Amino acid sequence: MSMAQQAEPAVSPPPAPGPKQSDGRTVRRPLALRLLARPEVGVFLGAVAVMVFFLFAAPPVRDGGSMANILYQSSVIGIMALPVALLMIGGEFDLSAGVAVVTSALTASMLSYQLTLNVWMGVVVALVVSLGIGAFNGWMLVKTGLPSFLVTLGTFLILQGVNLAVTKLVTGNVATDNISDMDGFDQAKALFASSFDVAGVQVKITVVWWLVFAALATWVLLRTKYGNWVFAVGGNKESARAVGVPVTFTKISLFMLVGFGAWFVGMHNLFSFNTVQSGEGVGQELIYIAAAVIGGCLLTGGAGSAIGPVFGAFMFGMVQQGIVYAGWNPDWFKAFLGVMLLGAVLINLWVQRQATRR
Amino acid sequence: MDRSSHTRSRRIAFVAVAAAAALTLAGCSSGSGGKKSEEGGADASAGKASTPRMKVALVTHQAPGDTFWDIVRKGAEAAAAKDNVDLIYSNDPNAGTQATLVQNAIDQKVDGIAVTLAKPDALKAVIAKANAAGIPVVGLNSGLSDWKELGLLEFFGQDESVAGEAFGKKLNEVGAKNAVCVIHEQGNVGLTQRCDGVKKTFEGETQILNVNGTDMPSVKSTITAKLKQDSSIDYVVTLGAPFAPTAVQSVGDAGSEAKVATFDLNKELTKAIEAGDIEFAVDQQPYLQGYLAVDGLWLYENNGNYSGGGEQPVLTGPAFVDKSNVDAVSEYAAKGTR
Repeated sequence: MSMAQQAEPAVSPPPAPGPKQSDGRTVRRPLALRLLARPEVGVFLGAVAVMVFFLFAAPPVRDGGSMANILYQSSVIGIMALPVALLMIGGEFDLSAGVAVVTSALTASMLSYQLTLNVWMGVVVALVVSLGIGAFNGWMLVKTGLPSFLVTLGTFLILQGVNLAVTKLVTGNVATDNISDMDGFDQAKALFASSFDVAGVQVKITVVWWLVFAALATWVLLRTKYGNWVFAVGGNKESARAVGVPVTFTKISLFMLVGFGAWFVGMHNLFSFNTVQSGEGVGQELIYIAAAVIGGCLLTGGAGSAIGPVFGAFMFGMVQQGIVYAGWNPDWFKAFLGVMLLGAVLINLWVQRQATRR
Repeated sequence: MDRSSHTRSRRIAFVAVAAAAALTLAGCSSGSGGKKSEEGGADASAGKASTPRMKVALVTHQAPGDTFWDIVRKGAEAAAAKDNVDLIYSNDPNAGTQATLVQNAIDQKVDGIAVTLAKPDALKAVIAKANAAGIPVVGLNSGLSDWKELGLLEFFGQDESVAGEAFGKKLNEVGAKNAVCVIHEQGNVGLTQRCDGVKKTFEGETQILNVNGTDMPSVKSTITAKLKQDSSIDYVVTLGAPFAPTAVQSVGDAGSEAKVATFDLNKELTKAIEAGDIEFAVDQQPYLQGYLAVDGLWLYENNGNYSGGGEQPVLTGPAFVDKSNVDAVSEYAAKGTR
């Protein structure tokens, strides 16, 4: 139904046909309609609709600072939604993505604090651990052939327990110690959790990283061989293997990409809040998946984009903060969130249907 | 030959990597902060009771990884060590599962059960079973209005409404006009009571804000959004210690003049109070709750005593901690016991 980017054939396209009469079956549809058929355009319109709605409903949203705040909230979801989306295009899920963020932050924080090391050491080790968790997920999946839902559900539970137990074992508490006075903290904070001034508005650096990562992911998906592999393994693993796509490598590396995202967001959490609570992160994985799905990634794999989840995450951040800016009854908060999201997805769906209808 | 040289070179490589790692570790040590700056000062060891060994189960509705409950548990463990008690700790935020855990304790034939009553009705039946089995049950933390009706021996805790009311009065004292009460777990009865208590006594306006407590960045931006939406807010009231420092960041982000005060206490918070970032905290002394619950069961078992005389709850809060008395508390908070 959705006309998303599909795996491009490995062979080069045949030479362009000369001018000849079309028989009507392959008539090129107007540009506007072809654009609308793309999933990321649908979600873009949905996001614009939500934004316009809140610009009217909540006057404080019109302020630049508020927009920066909404973008910040969107960016911390969005940075994780990107690798999660790539993984979904590759046909897999990662339910451990939410707690993996906290695992990474805990690792960096406890290692630096307990051994009184420069925090960069902790940051590097946390990266290794995060990539390792991703590799483990991918390896288990490839080796056992179990659905990723089960494999990562296992990792999700393991990490949740390990986060708590190890933190308690190492620090004697369930939260890590404050590392803000340690060497290297300020540099790391500048990289992961600083903000900069744009026309008097403080914008968080995560917004920049989010857009940079999105551009990078788009380029990889559309312009590289690896991108083709991702679409291919998500579309049909067996035929992908048959035409020579390294399925095992692609799947494992996709999980490791999620690990990288978890590491990045984990470092952001650590360096903006100085300490980490070991019980956090549960439930976030569904928000990442939701952002990717709203962004037009198919739950079944093989179709989607990297730019769609950017709008998906923005929509999430916009709705979540917009409700507060609008000053609505907070008891209804979650319900509003659900209704707005469903509404946005429906607009997305409707636009696509209209655009792809013959 | 070829093979052994291969092994050797590999071994050399390994040694080199290990040495390099050790060097890097040494070279990268932090000159400030960290564990080194905090070492020293061992826990005071206390004597141990000579009463016969008894088994006590502490069953709470703790959600995993909450600093607050960690302190309750530490108090219980301290009392258990002193009183020659074998303490079994279990927890689950789901009331049904918590009831199963109490049943589990009954099946183990423990000598006493300490339980939190976050959802009293769900625990009614299983507490009756414990009473029928002749196991004394005490309550702690939540369930102040229901403990007697459920047939509990004694209760140790803070009246959340009373704490909220005291908080509201304190806000009046410091001259606040417009406060926002940040609920980090929507639908939690105790948290709602706190906000209601504040609303009752506070003469200014009290607003409620729900945030997603399992995701700090979201807590931060939601509070920022609220402060932008209503710039007349001059006090942010958080209901759990970990959220107060985040609220301070939100105040900065929003360019607001609001001050931050909170329910509950932890190590970071005492530092923030010392630094003046956070105005005050109301402490319900979770350590005391855990300690007294276990100790109360021990006293009942060995001397037939009723704490609170069997009629009144034993109140552990609200105790205010602000700049004037934070020094006395911070030493213990650093150890994770206040």
